[in-house]
Parts: sequence; C-alpha cells; structure tokens
Amino acid sequence: MIRARNLPFVATVLIFLIAYGLCALQFPNMLSFRVVGNLLTDNAFLGIAAVGMTFVILSGGIDLSVGSVIAFTSVFVAVLIRAGVHPALAFGLALIVSTGFGALMGLTIHALKMPAFVVTLAGMFLARGAAFLISTDSVPISHEFLKTLKGLFIQLPDKGKLSFLAIVMLLAFALGVVLAHRTRFGANVYALGGSEQSAELMGVPLRRTMIQLYAFSGFMAGLAGLAYTLYTSAGYSLATVGVELDAIAAVVVGGTLLTGGSGLVLGTLFGVLIQGLIQTYIVFDGTLSSWWTKIVVGLLLFAFIVLQRLILLISERRAAMRSAAGE
Amino acid sequence: MKKFRQLRPQLLALAVVLVMVGLISPGFFSVTVQNGRLYGSLIDVGVRVAPVALLAIGMTLVIATKGIDLSVGAVMAITGAVAATLVADGHSVPVVLAVSLALGLLCGIWNGVLVAFLDIQPIIATLILMVAGRGIAQLITGGVILTFNDPAFSFIGSGAVLGIPMPILIWLAMGLAVGLLVRRSALGLLIEAVGINRRASMLVGVRARFLILATYAISGLCAAMAGMIVTADIHGADANNAGLWLELDAILAVVIGGTSLAGGRFSITASLIGALIIQALNTGILMSGWPPEFNLIVKAVVIVTILTLQSPAVADELTMLRDFLRRKGAQK
Repeated sequence: MIRARNLPFVATVLIFLIAYGLCALQFPNMLSFRVVGNLLTDNAFLGIAAVGMTFVILSGGIDLSVGSVIAFTSVFVAVLIRAGVHPALAFGLALIVSTGFGALMGLTIHALKMPAFVVTLAGMFLARGAAFLISTDSVPISHEFLKTLKGLFIQLPDKGKLSFLAIVMLLAFALGVVLAHRTRFGANVYALGGSEQSAELMGVPLRRTMIQLYAFSGFMAGLAGLAYTLYTSAGYSLATVGVELDAIAAVVVGGTLLTGGSGLVLGTLFGVLIQGLIQTYIVFDGTLSSWWTKIVVGLLLFAFIVLQRLILLISERRAAMRSAAGE
Repeated sequence: MKKFRQLRPQLLALAVVLVMVGLISPGFFSVTVQNGRLYGSLIDVGVRVAPVALLAIGMTLVIATKGIDLSVGAVMAITGAVAATLVADGHSVPVVLAVSLALGLLCGIWNGVLVAFLDIQPIIATLILMVAGRGIAQLITGGVILTFNDPAFSFIGSGAVLGIPMPILIWLAMGLAVGLLVRRSALGLLIEAVGINRRASMLVGVRARFLILATYAISGLCAAMAGMIVTADIHGADANNAGLWLELDAILAVVIGGTSLAGGRFSITASLIGALIIQALNTGILMSGWPPEFNLIVKAVVIVTILTLQSPAVADELTMLRDFLRRKGAQK
C-alpha cells in the first residue's frame, strides 16, 4: 500500500514513464541512450537549482533569486577566467560568493521577520544588478581545464553519453536525498515546513536552520551557474531569466507541497525530467513552437495541484473516519 | 488628517526619492505645456507608472485577503495580444475594450476559483496562469509582434484630455473607483477580516469565498487595463515582453505601501504611492545619466532600505526607542 503522502511522487514517476512511452511510440528513436543522456545534460543546471529550491519549499519558504544568482555566477566566473584566473579557483570563489549571498538572505528573513518572498525578490534584483555591473556582454571562455571537464563522461550503450554535467546533477540529487532524509538539518527543514511555531517549541534552532537553508539554496544556485557556464561556454548577465519559476514548477510537479513539510527530493528530479521531455518532444516533432512547453507545463501544474488537493481531502476523510470508528 | 498621518512614511519616502532625483537631474521638476498637453519628467513618471499603478490597485486587495497574484503580467500579455488582434482585424474600439476587459475578468475569476473554491495556495494557483499565460498570448499572436495603426485605440496610451495624458487619468480613476467602492462601503473591512482570519470571518457570516473571488477578478480587470495601455502605447502586442516581471514591481509597490503580505490592513493610496516611488526611481536613474547597469542595484538598495525600516523587527525596535526617549523626557 502506497502511503497517501507519497502518492504525488508515484503519480509523477508514472506520468513521466507513460509520457516517455507515448513519445517513444511516435518517435522510436527517443528510446535511445543518446536522447536520455542529452535529456539529463540539457537540464542539468535546472535540476541542480531545483534541488536547492526543493529544500526551501519544503521549509515553507521560496527563493526567487535563483535565476539571477545563476546568471551572476556565470558572468563572475567567465570574467575571472578571462582575466587569467584558473577556472578551479574561479569556481571555488563563485560558490563561496553565492553561498554567502544565500546565507545573508536567510539571516535577513529571520532577523527582520520579513517574508521570504520579498527578501529573495530584492535578492533577485541585487544579483541581476551585480551581474550587469560585472559585464553586460556575453563573455565567451575557453580553457584547457574546462575542456577536460567537458570531456569527462561515462560511455553508455549505442553512443550514449552520461556527461559530466549530468553526473554532477545526479550527485546533487543524491546529496539532496541524503541531506533531507538522513541528517538533522533535513529533519529541521521538514519540521519548519510543517509549522514554524511547533518547530521552535520542539527545539529546532530557527535562526541556524534558516541561514543554512538559504545558504544551501544559494550554493546550489551557484553550482547551477557553474553548470550553465560549462554548458554554454560563456557567461551572460541576461541569461536564465525566470529559471526560478521553472525550478518551482519542477518542485511542485515533483509532488512537494508548496505549503511546506511534505515532499521528496527525488520527485523534483522527475519534475525536471518531465519539463525536459516536453522540450525534447517539441524538438523531435519539429513543427510545434516552443511556447507549447509553457502551456503544457501550466496544465501539468494545474493537474498536479488538483491531484494534491484530492489526496489531501481523501486522507483527511480517512483520518476522520478512523477516529470516528475508534470512538 | 488621520489618513494623512497613516500615509506619512510612504509620502516621506516618495519625497526623499523625488528630492534625490531632483538633485541629480535639475530639470526633473519642470513641467511645460506643448500642443495642449503637459510635458516634463514628473508627468512622465505619472504616465510610465500607469501599468504598475493599475496592477497595484488589484494586487492590494488580493494581498489584503492574504493572497498574491503572480499572473497579472501574463494576463497583460494575453489581453494585449487579444486587443491587438481585434484592432488589427478592424473591430471598433468599444468592442475591443469590452472583449479585452471581459477576458481579464475571466482570467481573474479563474484564479479566484482556484484559490477560493479549490483552496489552492494563491502563489501556486496564480503561478499556473503566469507560466501558461505567456504561452497562450504567443498562441494568439502566432509568435510575432503584432502591430497595428489605429489612432482611436492608441489614444488610450498616448492621448490626452484637458492636457492630462490618458494613462494618468485611467489609473487615477480606477484607484478612486476601487478606493471608494471598498472604503465607502463595508467591503474593505470585510476584506481585511478575511485576510486576518478567514475561518473566523466565515464563522461570523462573511462570505469569504465570494470576496476572495471578487478580489482576484478585480486584479484581472486591472491587469487587462494595464495590458491595453501598454499595447496602445507601443502600437503593438509583444507576447514575450508585455508586462514581463511587472507582477513583481506591483507586489513591491504594495509592500512598500505598507500592506503586509500576511494579509489584513491595506491602503490603496499607499500602494499607489509605492508604485510612484518605484517609477520615480526608474525615471531618476535613467535621467541621471548613470550607466543603466546600476539600475537594478540602486533599486534593490533603496527597496531594501525602505522595507528594512518598515519590517516588524525594526518597527518594534523603533517603538521601544521612542517610548524610552519619551520616558526619559518625562523624567526630566
């Protein structure tokens, strides 16, 4: 028996598999490992950002700064590399900056008792503005180190490749799963999302958890920025506008409740893959315009939210019946 | 007078921003009359603020019910696309207006039904239309920027009555109409009651579901007006960029105006002042001749400053400080 809590996750996985099956029926080539490999590579940066977003949403918060932080990181790294800094050092610096930025937002949310929505919105402007300040041009980069990184991959059957980016994304999800389900931090985040007041009464350190939480989201956004830089081989301050919305959509489609407290990190992976699948299908079809992606994602969002409502209603009714039977 | 005192922080912030902009660019306050129409940077602020001001009116009511409407930018794109298509097909202006407004209302009702009757969280319920809306708008325009040439419809964006540009008149009239509607009846009070505690308000007999639906419907209507002003102004519909990120500016305007995102007490006038602050900042930065790269940074810093001063934590501190000073004064 599947627990009602996990039903959205199961539904997401099922929908992904069925949709993939339908696509494969129409275009048999979609079953190849090459397509699967590309699906993972093309959505790597979104997936990485979505891991951080999952935690923030699990806690009942939201992080609107993700897209801007990705753009900032990519420009920051690109300009540093152009100036002759070794990419590894630039990557490290970028991660420190993005993590610190996230921590600062977490601290602000806690200390000023302001809604996460407003604070991260200001953070979104700030990060995008900082990216503009560094450079408004697209900065192309090339370096032996980057070529080596891009050259790393695991060979799959029939010319498929599990690229470095795809591996990083899968590792990010693995890290997310461990953090969420096997650490004190994860338990604190779930508790916070259930009810902030109860969490505090239970002894969850609100201030520390809040800072860690947004620092983690900032770190993941920074990592996503690095993945994006590697993916496009350039840094551009106008890039990845609105990625935070894609990430939020992926988290919700992945079965996480936006009110917080309930959801699985792994569900988000499938949320990302479903969005990627729609894009892949549009590419394969060739006649559909890319704006169908938006409409279908909107419809999926709607379907999942209604599904979640129904599950909640059913489980509440079941609980009511059980308590009535017990008396 | 009491009303004025409540608005004091917002008016002060607006005055500070205006004076700062005036210091940076001296010509800012000069207003001239040319061809029977007012011209000048101040007037420009009033015209440019129209979309955000209109959105902020609807957004204020929605936020007062503890909701949020992320879809307004997308609704602007949809109504703009429809209006442009109708105008390009040669329909008369009243038909275009009626259809576009009805469409905005419909979008608002869709959001309202999701929030009020399906009990979906507002931020996610309106996210659906925000994500899908731009796709729908592109579906309508066929993915191109639809242009038209119709002086009658363009009047909404660039015309003037008695020397005052139309956009200014539209947002002032809408603000006045909605403001009077909620403040000269019990509606405003009931909306605040729903926002503070929906369950309690329902128990005392407030029709909370209907009220929430109505606020989203008004928000959709405001978005439709904003969409038409933008479309009329640029003589075309750009499904990709019309109203892009304006929902965030509108939310900021409401928050700067002092309406809490947690619902409850609201002020449409304060939200409109908030919108003016944001626009004065935008225009000011443009006129200052600074590189445009600074825009977002300056905006973010000013907004963070205003919000920090207004935040519950700092407000508590300030109250304590004031009480402390007063006690000290009394001892002397």
